Amino acid sequence: MESQNIMFVVLAVIVALGSLMTVMSKSIVRAATYLLVVLLGTAGLYFLMGYTFLGSVQTMVYAGGVIVLYVFAILLTRGQTDKAGKTNGAVTSWGLLLALAGVVGTLAVVCTATWHVVAEIGKPSETTNSITMDTVGHNMISTEHLGYVLPFEAVSVLLLACIVAGIVIARKR
Amino acid sequence: MFDFEIVTSWLHEALTSVMSEGLAVLIECVLVGLGIITLYAIFAMIMIYLERKVCAFFQCRLGPDRVGKWGLLQVICDVLKMMTKEVVNFRQTDRLLHHAAPFLVVTASMVTFACLPWNKGAQIIDFNVGVFFFLAVSSIGVVGILLAGWSANNKYSLIGAMRAGAQIISYELSIGMVMLTMICLTGTMSFSEICDQQATLGWNIFRGHIPALLAFVIYLIAGNAECNRGPFDMPEAESELTAGYHTEYSGMDFGYYYLAEYMNLFICAGIASTIFLGGWAPLVIPGLDGFNAAMAVVPGCVWFLAKVFFVLMLLLWERWTFPRLRIDQLLKLEWKYMLPMSMTVLVIMALCVSFGLTF
Repeated sequence: MESQNIMFVVLAVIVALGSLMTVMSKSIVRAATYLLVVLLGTAGLYFLMGYTFLGSVQTMVYAGGVIVLYVFAILLTRGQTDKAGKTNGAVTSWGLLLALAGVVGTLAVVCTATWHVVAEIGKPSETTNSITMDTVGHNMISTEHLGYVLPFEAVSVLLLACIVAGIVIARKR
Repeated sequence: MFDFEIVTSWLHEALTSVMSEGLAVLIECVLVGLGIITLYAIFAMIMIYLERKVCAFFQCRLGPDRVGKWGLLQVICDVLKMMTKEVVNFRQTDRLLHHAAPFLVVTASMVTFACLPWNKGAQIIDFNVGVFFFLAVSSIGVVGILLAGWSANNKYSLIGAMRAGAQIISYELSIGMVMLTMICLTGTMSFSEICDQQATLGWNIFRGHIPALLAFVIYLIAGNAECNRGPFDMPEAESELTAGYHTEYSGMDFGYYYLAEYMNLFICAGIASTIFLGGWAPLVIPGLDGFNAAMAVVPGCVWFLAKVFFVLMLLLWERWTFPRLRIDQLLKLEWKYMLPMSMTVLVIMALCVSFGLTF
């Protein structure tokens, strides 16, 4: 378990530093790149726990989809001078206050939660945390306990609405 | 058939007998990493030589023939030249992103390279969602290309990057559909299981007959487009964009793009030979036991490489035969023809599988 902990610390530091750089960076494209690092680090945490499907989804959807979309949107909208404007004192103090509230809330949850510790995890690998494609697929379209057919369909309707909206915005008048 | 797992488990036992398990795993990881990088470099050199020679023969030329016998040492000279060239920095560019972008592209390419099944038991990254993982990682390279185009602060680079991004995202859809078609046939997403199946039941392209063949053709077209290669090399069209997204790169920074482009082609061929032609699996005809035994004498990695180079030849043939497409024709081809076609093939395959019409 020692090497697992070392890898966890490495990934956690990468994620934490990346998040800080994302919000502190002046250039918007750099911020998007740091965000990519954060999302890949999160995917790395999933892989460390043996959740390969979740890790792949994280890589596919966020790193390959959302970040590409962001970068595309940045490149298509304005010139290279996308720098963050100066913020005044009131905005900064509000931001700090909100961040502090977030930290306090998270710490409160972490301290008060009752953790269901699995006695011996052994090697968190694919063999122990085996959630195969079959399980995911069956749960996705089943209506029974742990079935996600309703959210799945709701999300499809949402996506359809987005596609229609995109066409409406993009069509020639 | 030789199982490479004997070697790896022997190595693991030898290492764990003298040190703790964590250290042994670390050493194995380093060894595997070095192995991947070495193989990557060696195959890139082979690919560059192959490309130049095949291109020359298609155009009735001789190709490189000055350095060494048949120009065999030409690639090594090119590598040395590339490594010793100066890396130029420009003012008014984002230096950090400019130098980080090639690494994103080459890393994504190396991780997908590690997904290939080289032999029975010789597989580096083998998840139960292997195919999905492959698609996920290969989509990171687009970010590198977009960042390269943006950070160069040059309009040709930016246009090239936008074109490359649009093209790769579009053709990824067809590749995903083709993969889904073959997953529908195999019922598993793990590359090792896909190969194991084909070693006993026969290659997927024969098992899936008509839909598999159609999917193979679609994959060859979309694969060439995914690697930004002719007839789909609009993003780096020399005559109008001077080289597209890597215009401003020099020295080894350009070398990484060069490397990644050729290796993506190799990976594309490797995945095609894995999901259609059996990976390391020898030619199997169920029922003919003597024939199968004779075929199994040839080692798996030889089968794999032979298939990869066969598919590579098909891809090169395609590249040097067809003229370049315009960018609008290129996107129209994908969205109006290839995507509906691949969806139809997926439905045909699903019908074939559910009616038991596959072998």
